[in-house]
Amino acid sequence: MLEIKNISINYGDSQILRDVSFTLETGEIIAILGANGAGKTTLLRALNNTLPVENGEIFLDEEQINEYSRRQIAQRIAVIAQENETKFPITVLEFVLAGRFAHGNAFGWESESDIQIAFDCLQLCDLENYENRLMNELSGGERQRVLLARAFATQARILLLDEPTNNLDLSHQALLLKLVKKRCKTCESSAIVITHDLNLASEFADKVLLLKDRKIISQGKPAEVLTEENLQKVFGVKVLLDRNPLTENVRITTIF
Amino acid sequence: MKVHSSHFKIQSIRFGVGLLFLLLISIFLAVLLGSENLSFFELTESQSAILYEVRLPRILLGACVGASLAIAGASLQTLLRNPLAEPYLLGVSNGAALGTMLAFVFFESFEFSRPIMAFVGAGLATFTVYQMAKSRVGMNVERLILSGVIVTTFLSSIIILLTSLLDATKLRSFTFWLLGDLSQATSSGFYLSLIAVIIGTIILASQARALNLMMIGERDAFDFGVEIEKTRLIVFATASGLVGLSVAASGSVGFVGLIVPHLVRLAIGSDNRNVLPFSAAFGASFVVIADTIARTVIAPRELPVGAITALIGCPLFIYLLRKN
Repeated sequence: MLEIKNISINYGDSQILRDVSFTLETGEIIAILGANGAGKTTLLRALNNTLPVENGEIFLDEEQINEYSRRQIAQRIAVIAQENETKFPITVLEFVLAGRFAHGNAFGWESESDIQIAFDCLQLCDLENYENRLMNELSGGERQRVLLARAFATQARILLLDEPTNNLDLSHQALLLKLVKKRCKTCESSAIVITHDLNLASEFADKVLLLKDRKIISQGKPAEVLTEENLQKVFGVKVLLDRNPLTENVRITTIF
Repeated sequence: MKVHSSHFKIQSIRFGVGLLFLLLISIFLAVLLGSENLSFFELTESQSAILYEVRLPRILLGACVGASLAIAGASLQTLLRNPLAEPYLLGVSNGAALGTMLAFVFFESFEFSRPIMAFVGAGLATFTVYQMAKSRVGMNVERLILSGVIVTTFLSSIIILLTSLLDATKLRSFTFWLLGDLSQATSSGFYLSLIAVIIGTIILASQARALNLMMIGERDAFDFGVEIEKTRLIVFATASGLVGLSVAASGSVGFVGLIVPHLVRLAIGSDNRNVLPFSAAFGASFVVIADTIARTVIAPRELPVGAITALIGCPLFIYLLRKN
């Protein structure tokens, strides 16, 4: 669905991403891991054409991403990022309906089906009866779930998530991951997730990209990438690796 | 779960009809009241001259100015994600004022020099503020407002310098005009404002849904399909055009662009497809009412309408600021 070929990104004179290549297949979940400032968010921003790519190419459904309009990209790629607060009283329903902007006409009102989709997505994200609540009166975790509902409302086939489990309690972390996973397995969707939680990456991702110093130093299946040597190199900490007895996936324990 | 969108629309329609009634009633009252009270049934010749040549153009121009300022304010606030943003704050009003003043001093004989120069002034001021606020990472709202304040202050000082060129009689009418004054209204001025406000409202309303997303955040809007550069340019250009023409017609009638959208949002929420047209309708009534007060409280003498809107607006602004 998404093919990234040798992209580099500059910010002013300094290079913040160097020669990154990977592909995202249908149904796949990719986790991006790396230390702070390694370029994770920059990479995610480049994928929906927010940041200009210096060299290299990005292909979305086999077309150069530059060939798409903003609306066309928004129909195909939804983003869940750290949200900036608004000073206006916006209801949860209005917020989620923003996800329907790229569909239908840009001038008029949402259709009945747009509103139906928004309500369904709210329900999916455990936000039933929240539609008339104001965004600035919600808790951090509730807002995070509204962001997920809005992303789902786009019906985009690619989800880009920047630390989506921040602010979420354990049960809603599980809910979010379950929903993302289910969507990828059943709706021909795929997702790219930035996270700091190594075990989450190991359990949920099909593929892991490990970033250090503005480039990918390792990519592949979680078990191949999450090695003692790699984690020592990227994070500078010693880890204990074993297997999760339930799922047989790699389990990482930091040694302090 | 089954839902219907019609509920929202019925509420909007009711609100809109109510505002139109308010506008009609305020125009009706404004026609009757004044230093010369008129009755609708018997008009002497001189009364009918007052009505058609003086009072009606003034009332209708006031309605257009109110609508222009309110919708410009509402759209700029959304664009800048700051409910306290006002055309005045961004240098737009002062740019238009300086343009008008230059026309006033140098090309007084040419009737349309004032609106044209006001338009140019508003556009240049907006462009300057916009360029100052732009950095390589994009536009930052704090930077924009700071630039607006700097440009406003700079333009004010030029206006003060220029007033020294005026003789005493011109100075008095100019001071009145600077405060916002509708007493110079003409029919041609009204027609120009009417055309501008109709076109401006249509253009801004066409961006309402995109503005709903911009209100949440620019990056968000971009992610969800808004071409933010285009929307920003359209809104800036239209809003400064509307403000420019209003200032040329009636000076800086302050606080309309701030108070009116705020009250509309309190009543019906933040959806710009409601807020923009309703602000226009309510802004029109607001200025018509304020100007009627300005004409009647100390009749036969008059106050500038800007003094009345500021008297109503200032306390409300302080209240809002504290509440924020």
